[in-house]
Amino acid sequence: MKKVQIYINNRKIRVDEGKTVLDAAKENKIEIPSLCFHPDLEAKAGCRLCLIEIKGKKGLSTACSVKAEQGMEIITDSSKIERARKINLELIFAQHREECDDCVWYDKCKLLKLAKEYRLKINRFTDRKKNFPCHQFGPSIVFDTSKCMDCRNCVEVCQKQGVNFFDIEEKNSFFEVFPTKDKKRDCIFCGQCLVHCPVGAFESVGEYEDIEKPFKDKSKVIVVQFAPAIRTSIGEEFGMKPGEVVTDKLAAAIRKLGVDKVFDVSVGADFTTMEEAKELMEKIKTGKGVCLSSCCPSWVKFLEFYYPEFIPCIATTRSPHIILGALIKTYWAQKEKIDPKKIKVISIMPCTSKKYEVERDELEIEGMEPVDYVLTTRELARLFKKRNIDLKKIKPEPADNPLGIPSGAGVIYGASGGVAESALRTAYYMITGKNLKNVNLKEVRGMEGVKKAEINIKGFKAKMAVITGTGNAEKILKELKKNPKAYDAVEVMACPGGCIGGGGQPLPSTPEIRRQRAEALYKIDAGKKLRLAHENPIVKKVYKEFLNNEKIIHKICHTKYHKKTREVKI
Amino acid sequence: MPSQDIILKLKKSGLKGRSGSSFPTGLKWESVKNAKALKKYVICNAAEGEPEVFKDDYILKNYPDKVIEGMKIALKTIDHSSGYIYINKEYFKKYGNKLKKLIGKLPISIFLKKTEYGKYIGGEETSLIESIEGKRAEPRQKPPHPTQAGLFGCPTLVNNVETFYYVSKINENKYNNERFYCISGEVKNKGVFEFPEDWTIKKVLKETHNWPDFNFFVQVGGGAEGEIFLSKELDRPVQYLASIIVFNLKTDPYSLMGKWVDFLMKGNCDKCVPCREGLYRLSEMIKKRKIDKNTLEDLFLVLEETSFCPLGRGASIPFKSLISKVLK
Repeated sequence: MKKVQIYINNRKIRVDEGKTVLDAAKENKIEIPSLCFHPDLEAKAGCRLCLIEIKGKKGLSTACSVKAEQGMEIITDSSKIERARKINLELIFAQHREECDDCVWYDKCKLLKLAKEYRLKINRFTDRKKNFPCHQFGPSIVFDTSKCMDCRNCVEVCQKQGVNFFDIEEKNSFFEVFPTKDKKRDCIFCGQCLVHCPVGAFESVGEYEDIEKPFKDKSKVIVVQFAPAIRTSIGEEFGMKPGEVVTDKLAAAIRKLGVDKVFDVSVGADFTTMEEAKELMEKIKTGKGVCLSSCCPSWVKFLEFYYPEFIPCIATTRSPHIILGALIKTYWAQKEKIDPKKIKVISIMPCTSKKYEVERDELEIEGMEPVDYVLTTRELARLFKKRNIDLKKIKPEPADNPLGIPSGAGVIYGASGGVAESALRTAYYMITGKNLKNVNLKEVRGMEGVKKAEINIKGFKAKMAVITGTGNAEKILKELKKNPKAYDAVEVMACPGGCIGGGGQPLPSTPEIRRQRAEALYKIDAGKKLRLAHENPIVKKVYKEFLNNEKIIHKICHTKYHKKTREVKI
Repeated sequence: MPSQDIILKLKKSGLKGRSGSSFPTGLKWESVKNAKALKKYVICNAAEGEPEVFKDDYILKNYPDKVIEGMKIALKTIDHSSGYIYINKEYFKKYGNKLKKLIGKLPISIFLKKTEYGKYIGGEETSLIESIEGKRAEPRQKPPHPTQAGLFGCPTLVNNVETFYYVSKINENKYNNERFYCISGEVKNKGVFEFPEDWTIKKVLKETHNWPDFNFFVQVGGGAEGEIFLSKELDRPVQYLASIIVFNLKTDPYSLMGKWVDFLMKGNCDKCVPCREGLYRLSEMIKKRKIDKNTLEDLFLVLEETSFCPLGRGASIPFKSLISKVLK
């Protein structure tokens, strides 16, 4: 890589050609405040806070959008820069209604941090948007336009998802972001708008005003189950590094909320793996064409709405927390002799879409919803803070038996490629009667949007594609339309890097943070003796004692899909 | 004529872009010509959008052949190029047929300026490129300049209607450093006049019998972003956009500023904070007819220094000069 030499505040810096001044500054630990810039997206240079002076150039420039050029001399702090930043900040505050206590950025707000640093008068101007409306997208997401600072990151990220749910329209001389009224476009609830909004104009439904709600009913047996992707991310909310594994601390902290049981959704994932592997095996045996993964409700919704012709290809296997929720209210309830109607299952998910998924009527069993309530990682963290539970300091305790010990395969569900890898480990066993010698399927790991692998199973070459981002999936779907046998199995997660980059995860979510969260999941797997779903004793036990006929398996573990018309009402 | 010769001629003529940016035309042509690419574009900007500027209207009405001729020279000079005329709806209605006839078989397409985006910003060169590409008309980050990576990423020459007109004159050796002046406002002879470019504003007004017999001030450089000059300050030539608007000194400055700020707020793209929010706060003060000096200075600073594009960076000019000279 060709390097260029630049000077930042008279310091000589060498940086790869093509990098921006902001990149160069970050690499060299030179602080330049920025707000609307997000490494996943194009630099829009709209907030005008990352201001710099470039020698020989008139006016101030923005570090996020200027590429480093040989010999460039840059100043990142001067009285003019400071004054201009301060005024622009005041102008941003003037269009952003503050609701700090109820904000997804809560204690990590860049605006507030800068306000203190630059000693702003945050109320210098009256709020321009104070009467702007809120829009709710189904049971998942709220867009509070009175907080929007018009950076349009949401517009871009939603376009990248292939969803394009936002329009920019003119209203009273302003181009504003609106959820579209177009009936041919609908939100898939992935929450990437929320993840990429620098000022908390998006939140999940109930965040944070309703976080106490699911725990209030004392007449119920409260069971909390936590998703695979959370154990390596929630620590970030308590000052730990991204990727710090906190599985047992998490179980202990949840228990401290006064709940009756704490189970691990990764155990549910082991059941999902069993059923997905069966479906995969069936497809491979019969040559029936592609099997599309079904764990990500945003992906499923994307297919049901935009590509209904692919509905027959979606695996009918339910997602891990739905299966585990159902097992809690059936198998476990019977064992414990509890009236299942008295059980309340709360899932802690890295996801905004799971709030939508649990409301799907198809998932009901015996008139009950398998999961009663979904809280995001952020919501749980906030609840811990509210109750003065410090995750960092709490003494670790394992999750409860019998649904608390997963295989490593169930843990890697949280990363893109994890479902495919887990299902393949088990499908290989189901087809060949033997376990893979090397269970690590490295080709499908990592942060790339599209990963491909060909796996030899007893002479059959299974073609797999593993995708993150529904926008990336469109290319594969187009390929499949032309050639239905182009792939045997396709795993799609709507969020970058998989669930570890989900819409319910701690903020910020950057490529580097997601990489660390995912790597930690693989480390957990690598460190376990139990790495195959079909070898998990509880899986074996439940299949023997309870899931022992097709009818019950179908009821607990499988579902249906429907072509969808627009669900979000604006 | 060999292509190098016309570039030399353009350079010698000293012709500068007539959209208001005043960039040396010869240099721009040379830069696009020398850029290495398999495809290049030549765009004629006919989306004149600033209030009280109507010189391109006049040129398209009277000399459309010269404009097309100028484009033709550009297409010949720049290898592998094809052209676009980016035109607003009104001009297309008036001159579309005539232009189409003149274009004949030349590789020039007419692209209608879209009105659903920023009405004024749509005329800025990178915004119009975005618009032709089918995107929202919003300015692009420079560099790269359009001469290096413009339309569809190809080197692109963007010149104004008047610039192309004078290119054809230069080619015929008939250019005598003139330009077109739009004169409007409280004058007897509103219109477009062709005079030497070094004439003072005073001389232009006098020669056209438009020197007022009342106390007045003028706005020079366009009816939105032009600068205000008092009658005693007119011994200077017009720089940038040659539009002169005459106002009676009794004109209500607040309603005048209100017009400007409304136009700019409607015409900008709203993507950067200083232009979107700064203009709004300016409009608040103007509507209340109460200017706070500190706030004003702050808003001007961020507009001038931190706006994304020339629209925002130049937006303070009329207000600043009117407030300091007329409102006081």
